Amino acid sequence: MSIRIQNISKHFGSFAALDQVSLDIQTGELVALLGPSGSGKTTLLRVIAGLERPDPDSGAILFHDQDVADRSVTTRGVGFVFQHYALFKHMTVFENVAFGLRVRPWQQRPSRREIRERVQKLLALVQLEWLANRYPSQLSGGQKQRVALARALAVEPKVLLLDEPFGALDAKVRQELRQWLRRLHDEIHVTSVFVTHDQEEALEVADRVVIMNQGRIVQIGTPEEVFNHPANEFVMNFLGTVNVFQGRLETGRAFFGPLEVDPSSLFHNQAGRAARAFIRPHELEVNTHKNGQPSFRARVIHINAAGPQAKLLLESENGESVQVEMPRDRFQSMGIKRGDDVYVSPKNMRVFMEDYVI
Amino acid sequence: MSPLLGRIKTPSVIPGFGLTLGFTLLYLSLVVLIPLSALILKTTELTWEQFWATVTDPRTLAAYKLSFGASLAGALINLVFGSLAAWVLVRYRFIGRRVLDAMVDLPFALPTAVAGIALTTLYTENGWLGRYLEPLGIRVAFAPLGVVVALTFIGLPFVVRTLQPVIEDLDRELEEAAASLGARRITTLRRVILPELWPAMLTGFTLALARALGEYGSVVFISGNIVGETEIPPLLIIMKLEEYDVGSATAIAVVMLLASFLLLLMINLLQWWSARRHVAARITLRVSPSAGGV
Repeated sequence: MSIRIQNISKHFGSFAALDQVSLDIQTGELVALLGPSGSGKTTLLRVIAGLERPDPDSGAILFHDQDVADRSVTTRGVGFVFQHYALFKHMTVFENVAFGLRVRPWQQRPSRREIRERVQKLLALVQLEWLANRYPSQLSGGQKQRVALARALAVEPKVLLLDEPFGALDAKVRQELRQWLRRLHDEIHVTSVFVTHDQEEALEVADRVVIMNQGRIVQIGTPEEVFNHPANEFVMNFLGTVNVFQGRLETGRAFFGPLEVDPSSLFHNQAGRAARAFIRPHELEVNTHKNGQPSFRARVIHINAAGPQAKLLLESENGESVQVEMPRDRFQSMGIKRGDDVYVSPKNMRVFMEDYVI
Repeated sequence: MSPLLGRIKTPSVIPGFGLTLGFTLLYLSLVVLIPLSALILKTTELTWEQFWATVTDPRTLAAYKLSFGASLAGALINLVFGSLAAWVLVRYRFIGRRVLDAMVDLPFALPTAVAGIALTTLYTENGWLGRYLEPLGIRVAFAPLGVVVALTFIGLPFVVRTLQPVIEDLDRELEEAAASLGARRITTLRRVILPELWPAMLTGFTLALARALGEYGSVVFISGNIVGETEIPPLLIIMKLEEYDVGSATAIAVVMLLASFLLLLMINLLQWWSARRHVAARITLRVSPSAGGV
């Protein structure tokens, strides 16, 4: 089922949680709403679910080209998964999953046997058949969230909505569960939207990523598109660590931070406009000697070599902090120690001028 | 620490178990156990025949019946309407909410005699309410119904005040989850909200019931104390005492005490049973890994 959101706004008092948001989601897609807290991503999800009403004078929400504005969450046919699971504590896992089927009007309610079969199938899908008779308080966080997912799927929703589904779990479980969610989605192909503030999670799991800030959509694209072609400084900043260098002109020479660049290429006819260069830590190359590339000198302040990437914190001669990442084996072969002086040259950089991209 | 204490207590980082347990026992003995055992001891002045004759006297039996019947009725009424009031006071924002909220405590604060007199004035033949009820054949003042009214009045705060914090802590997401699964409001109330509130409702009910069983001041005014009809056990006890028949007075009291204790024990067991279903298994689960590690 496709979802079309047209010019939806939502105010809480004078605060605009959503400001003229439009978004198209295709049937069977897995879309991530990504943004910092307060960006409106959860509000957008709740508006899609029908848990929140958009402003009365704002646009429409269409499910499969049908306006669902006057349908409440009860009849909208969405499955909703909450960050804190919202399982019914007094019911067993089985009863939790069966709830959506049991509360149907009796004409549409499946027989007891059908309910049992459906629930067992769903519990098998989330790999928790053996916990059917436990109570939620006896489950781990990851198990709870999988039960919540099975419960949401039991009513055969046309749309699955997940609000920070892994937000309350610890890092390792989170990693496992998001890969599992991706496989599950490939299996059942229900149109899914999930909210997250974790860029890594969004990039790893989603077909498309919707990046939000201050109640607006900033960029929509595949993970590869948004990561490699960020629309503006905000997206660049939000999707991972980045070094920011302020551009400046000094007596005809152009600098980004400590780095001298060709002034004609970057500053022609843009005089007076603030330009900034963004370079990801892995896009900086570190050498112990000058190698002819444009580079600047910096001192090694801190080294973190735990993991496949060695992370270096450098300080340029002007006192600017620079973060660099390099493969661990290259780091070892170079033999850099704390306090050494190194030469840093960029392999790639993006320059944003106000909101204008070069 | 004595070997006995070491055996009955599970290890804890908080010191002073022996001292605090000792103080608790001393305190409970002075305040509760010793007075009550003195009461029971006093009844031994009577022979079994005298005791039995006193407590099975039709007048005494009628008093017991009224007291327990009216207390249960009052507590049940409070269970329903007190829960409703607690829900409204927590969940809705309206003008005068705080005033209404403060009014819930009035039955706590008001001297019960004042409450009794006020209710009686209201419900007599010429009272504000009585004058409309009397022609309909509904007699409140000087009738068993009046006792129910008085006991409902004094028990209300218990249910409301027990439920309010629990309703405040109720996770809104549970209701949203139920709604997203297609449950209508009434189904959500019945299958999700009420089971969550049930333990607190039972506690409130128990407190209201216990309070009603011990009530004296307000009832003696509104009941009219009609012999064998609207007398309550505390009244009979006072009457026996005025006749210097201390033995009979304590006999009536002891039966009241035992019956109340059994009733409250039963409710506690019910509460324990309903809580055990989700909690007991969790406790064993929590304990076993650490026990394995020791």
